[in-house]
Amino acid sequence: MRQGGNEVFWELDVTSGLSRASYGSNMADTGVVEALLRLVEKADDGVDSVQVASRLGVDHQVVVGAVKSLQALGDVISADLCSSKHWELTEEGTEIAEQGSHEARVFSSIPLEGLVQSELMKLSFGKIGFSKAMSNKWIRVDKTHEGGPRIFRTVDSIVDQVQEKLLLLQKGSGSELEEKEKNELKKRKLLSEVTVKSYWITKGSSFSTTITKQETELTPEMMANGSWKEKKFKPYNFEAMGVAPDSGHLHPLMKVRTQFRQIFLEMGFTEMPTNNFIESSFWNFDSLFQPQQHPARDQHDTFFLSDPALAHEFPQEYLQRVKKVHSEGGFGSQGYKYDWKIEEAQKNILRTHTTAVSARMLYKLAQQKFTPVKYFSIDRVFRNETLDATHLAEFHQIEGVVADYGLTLGDLMGILHQFFTKLGITKLRFKPAYNPYTEPSMEVFSYHEGLKKWVEVGNSGIFRPEMLLPMGLPEGVSVIAWGLSLERPTMIKYGINNIRELVGHKVNLQMVYDSPICRLDS
Amino acid sequence: MPTVGVNRDLLFRALGRTYTDEEFDELCFEFGLELDEITSEKELISKEQGDSKASGASDVILYKIDVPANRYDLLCLEGLVRGLQVFKNKLDAPRYTRVSPVSGQPQRLIITKETAAVRPHAVAAVLRNITFTQERYDSFIELQEKLHQNICRKRSLVAIGTHDLDTISGPFTYTAKPPGDICFKPLNQTKEYTATQLMSLYKSDSHLKHYLHIIEDKPVYPIIYDSNGIVLSMPPIINGDHTKITLKTKNVFIECTATDLTKAKIVLDMMVTMFSQYCSKPFTESTENIAQLLTRMCLLSRATGVGDEIEVEIPPTRSDVIHACDIMEDAAIAYGFNNITRTTPRTYTVANQFPLNKLTELLRQDLAAAGFTEALNFALCSQEDIGDKLGKKISETRAVHISNPKTAEFQVARTTLLPGLLKTIAANRKMPLPLKLFEISDVVLKDDTKDVGARNSRRFCAVYYNKSPGFEVIHGLLDRAMQLLEVKSARGDGYHIQAADDSTFFPGRCAEVFVHGKSVGRLGVLHPDVINRFELTMPCSALEIDIEPFL
Repeated sequence: MRQGGNEVFWELDVTSGLSRASYGSNMADTGVVEALLRLVEKADDGVDSVQVASRLGVDHQVVVGAVKSLQALGDVISADLCSSKHWELTEEGTEIAEQGSHEARVFSSIPLEGLVQSELMKLSFGKIGFSKAMSNKWIRVDKTHEGGPRIFRTVDSIVDQVQEKLLLLQKGSGSELEEKEKNELKKRKLLSEVTVKSYWITKGSSFSTTITKQETELTPEMMANGSWKEKKFKPYNFEAMGVAPDSGHLHPLMKVRTQFRQIFLEMGFTEMPTNNFIESSFWNFDSLFQPQQHPARDQHDTFFLSDPALAHEFPQEYLQRVKKVHSEGGFGSQGYKYDWKIEEAQKNILRTHTTAVSARMLYKLAQQKFTPVKYFSIDRVFRNETLDATHLAEFHQIEGVVADYGLTLGDLMGILHQFFTKLGITKLRFKPAYNPYTEPSMEVFSYHEGLKKWVEVGNSGIFRPEMLLPMGLPEGVSVIAWGLSLERPTMIKYGINNIRELVGHKVNLQMVYDSPICRLDS
Repeated sequence: MPTVGVNRDLLFRALGRTYTDEEFDELCFEFGLELDEITSEKELISKEQGDSKASGASDVILYKIDVPANRYDLLCLEGLVRGLQVFKNKLDAPRYTRVSPVSGQPQRLIITKETAAVRPHAVAAVLRNITFTQERYDSFIELQEKLHQNICRKRSLVAIGTHDLDTISGPFTYTAKPPGDICFKPLNQTKEYTATQLMSLYKSDSHLKHYLHIIEDKPVYPIIYDSNGIVLSMPPIINGDHTKITLKTKNVFIECTATDLTKAKIVLDMMVTMFSQYCSKPFTESTENIAQLLTRMCLLSRATGVGDEIEVEIPPTRSDVIHACDIMEDAAIAYGFNNITRTTPRTYTVANQFPLNKLTELLRQDLAAAGFTEALNFALCSQEDIGDKLGKKISETRAVHISNPKTAEFQVARTTLLPGLLKTIAANRKMPLPLKLFEISDVVLKDDTKDVGARNSRRFCAVYYNKSPGFEVIHGLLDRAMQLLEVKSARGDGYHIQAADDSTFFPGRCAEVFVHGKSVGRLGVLHPDVINRFELTMPCSALEIDIEPFL
C-alpha cells in the first residue's frame, strides 16, 4: 500500500482468517523463522525486522511473513510495529556515486589543449555538467577561438564533493552529513527520503527457538494413541460463520397460524370444520341476515360458480324462517321488507368469510339441547377484489365465536382483551361500526407503539337476533364473535410489505429459510 | 364504507366551535366515524394530476370522514353536524313533522300501470320555503350523488330527481313509454331529443353512461310529466332542463323512482329530513339515563314508568333501526363502548381440535424435519395450470369453475397441489439445488353427494427438483410419511406402490400409491413437457396423496 510521497508500507500477509480452515496455510519459510528466533534469542532488547532482513540477506517481506506466522502461534515473540526514515540514492544518485558527478566528468573529459564546445555537448552528461562546472569555475569558454567556441580547464585538479557525499550515504554513514547538504542533494533528485515500517521483535512470554508443527483438528488417531496431549492446535477463528445445517422449513404464515390455534386452544375454544371453500349464498349471506341486494353480494366482490352453479339442499323449515325474517320481519324485527328469492340463496360461491361455517355450526347447535360453546377457525376466504400490495383474492380469516346465555358487550370486550393480551397487545379500544349481521358491531383498535397511532386489528360484534332466532337458538342466548386476518399480523411480525412475498408461488424461499420461530407475545 | 368530504371550517362553524385534528378524530371515533384523511382540494388534485394542475385550486382544508354503510343520514354536512350536535347534547333530537301547504291541497303523483314493466315504484315530497346558498346547494347535490352511489346501488334500486316546483304544476304523472315517443330538452342541453337519441348521446358521457344499462333493453322507459305535459325527468337517467333547481328556487319537488319501495322511502326521507332545516319552519319543531342516551343518538326517548320500559321514537332519518337491538347499540355508543366494564364470560368449555387439522399440523412438523420446505399456494388458479400444463384435459378434472373471474388466475379452484409447487420452484430458480418443497392443503372437487355439489380434499404434495430426477428421494419421503402414519409396507393391509400410466409423468416412471388396497395418490418423475411448461429445466419428481384416509 502506497500512502503518497515516498513512504512504503510493508504489507502484512497473514491477515486472512475468514475461514477457520485457512489457518496454517501461510506458514513462512522454516529456515527464516528459525534464524529469526536465534537472532531474537541473542539480542537483549530485541531486533529490528529490517536489520534482520539485511543480516539474513533476504527480502524484508520474508521476515514480515515469519513474524506473522510466529504471532499466530501465541506468545512466542512479541512484535511492535514501528517506522523509521532513511535516505536512499535515486537512480541518478547511484550512477554518480559510481562514476562521479556530471561536472567532474565534464572536467576530466577536457584535455589540456581544450575541447570544442559542440563536442562536449554531445556527451550524455555534457549539458548539466558544463553549467555546474562553469558555476564551480572549474572551466572557461573561449568564444573567439578559431574553429568555434572552445573550453579550457581553469584549475589543475578538483575534488568531487557530490560523489563523496553520495558514497557516504550509500555506505549508510549519512549521519556525517548536515541536513542542509542532504536537502541540496534531494533537490538535485539524487537522494530520496524513505519511510520504512518494520517490526521491533522481542521475546514473548512463551519464547522458544524450536517451534512445533500445529495441528488443525483433533483426529480419532490422536484420541486413540493419546498424542493430542503433546500436540499444539491452531486457534479457531471465532469470527467466521458456521456451516448452515441441511434442513426443511415451515412457512412463516403457517407458523403464525399454529400460534393462533394454540391461543384459541389455551382459551378452551373448539376448532370448526372449515374444509369447505364452496358455499351457498344461503349459508354465506342469507342465514347471516345479509340482505340479497347487499353490495357484498355483487359480482364485483364475490366469486360465483358456473359449475356447480347452484346448491340444491337446504333445511327447509329453517329456510322458510330466514325468508320470512328478511322479507317480512319477525322475532322482534321489521325485517328488510323486500322480495326474498330462493334463486339468489341457491347461488354457489367461494365463501367470503368463515362466518358461513359459524352459521352452519350455530344452526347445528340449535338442533340439540343447548349447551354453551366456544368455537374458532382459521382458514381461507375469497374476495373478488382489486389486488394490491396488501390485498389478495384469497386470505386467511381468524374467527372466534362464543354462545351462551346472557353474554354481554362487556364479555365480548373482556374476551377480546384476553385474546389480544396473548398476542402481546394490551392497549385496546373499540369503535362503533356497521356490519349487517352483528349489532352492536365494534372495530377493535390497538395502539401501535412503533407507528405511534391506533391501528385497526379486528372486527367484532354480537350476532343479531334475526340471525340466531330463526336457527332455533333459545331466546336469551347471545353469541359474541370476532374476526381478523392472519396475513396482516404476520406481515407486521416478519416485516413484510408486499403480501405476494408471503403468500403464493412468488414467495422468496430464502425468506422462508431465514424466518425465525414465531412467538406472538414477544 | 362511504367517505364524506366536508369543508372543515364550515363544519366547525356549524358545530359552533373549533377542534384540533386530534380532538375531532377522538369525537369521530366515539361516535363510530373515522377521520380518514385531512386534505385540501389542491392536495387532492396535485396527488391525482400533478402539481401543475393544482396551482389554482383551493387550499381550504377538507376532512374526509368514513361513515358506516347503513347510516345514510350522515352522508352530508347537515346530517353529520346534526348527529354530532345531538350526540354532544348541544341540540335536541329533532322531531320531524309533515306540514300541509297553505293552499290546503297536497301535491299528487299518479303512477300508471305501464311502469310495472320497468320501474314500478315512485314516492315524492315537497320542501317548502327553502333558502339555498351556494354551499347548501352544493351539499344538496352532493347528498343526492352519495345516496345514488350507496343505498341506491348506482341508481339501479332508486333514482332521485329534484325540481323547482314553481316552474311546474301538479298533479304529476309517473308513467312509461316507448323511447321513440319520449321527447324533451334534458338538463343543460339546448335542444330537444327523443329518448332513443338521448341514450346514444349519453353513451359517451363519462358520468351518465354507467346508468344507461338500467333501462336500455326495456321496451318502455320511465318518465314523469306535470299536468301540462312538461317532462320532469326520465329516471334513472336525466332530469328535464325546464325544472332545473337554482339558488333562487324556493319550493323543491323531490321524486324517487325505484325497483325497491322500502329503499325509495328511505331515500326520500333522507333528502327531506336533511334539508328541511333550511326551510322557513325547520323540521317544523322539533328522564331516565338510557332514554337520555338514546336521545343523544337522535332517538327521542322517555321512560314510560312501567318497569324498565322505555318508549323510543324512531325518526325517518334512522332507517337502520329495525330491531330493539339497534336501539341498544345506540345506547351503548352514547354511553361509550370504552366506558363499559370488561368482564370475563364464565362459559366453561373443553377445547377440541378438528381431527383433520390436528393430523395436518403434526405431519407438517415431521415433513419439515425430513428436510422438505413448506410452500403456501393459492387455492384458485387458471384452467391451464391444472389442465394443459399437466398434460390433462380440463374436462376430465373434477374442477369447480368460477363464473366471474377478473383474470385467468381465478378461473377454477385447484384440483391438485402440484402446479402451485412447480410455480414456486419456477419463481425460485436462483436458489441452490436441490429444491425440496411440500404443501399440505385443500383442493376442491365436484361431488354430487354434497349440498353445494363440491367438497374439499386435503392433500399432501411434495416435489424434488435437482440435476437428477431423484425418484428415490421422493419415494423415500413417501416411506417416511407412511412410517409417521403407522402404515407398514405391505400389499393388502399396508401400503405399496405399483406402476401406473399418467400423462403428467414420464412414461414408465409413475406409480400409484395404494393404502389398504385403495389408491390414495401417485408419485413419479414428471414428464419433460410438463416440466418445460412450468418454465423449468431440470428433472423433477413429485408425490401427491390424499391424507383424509389416514384419519
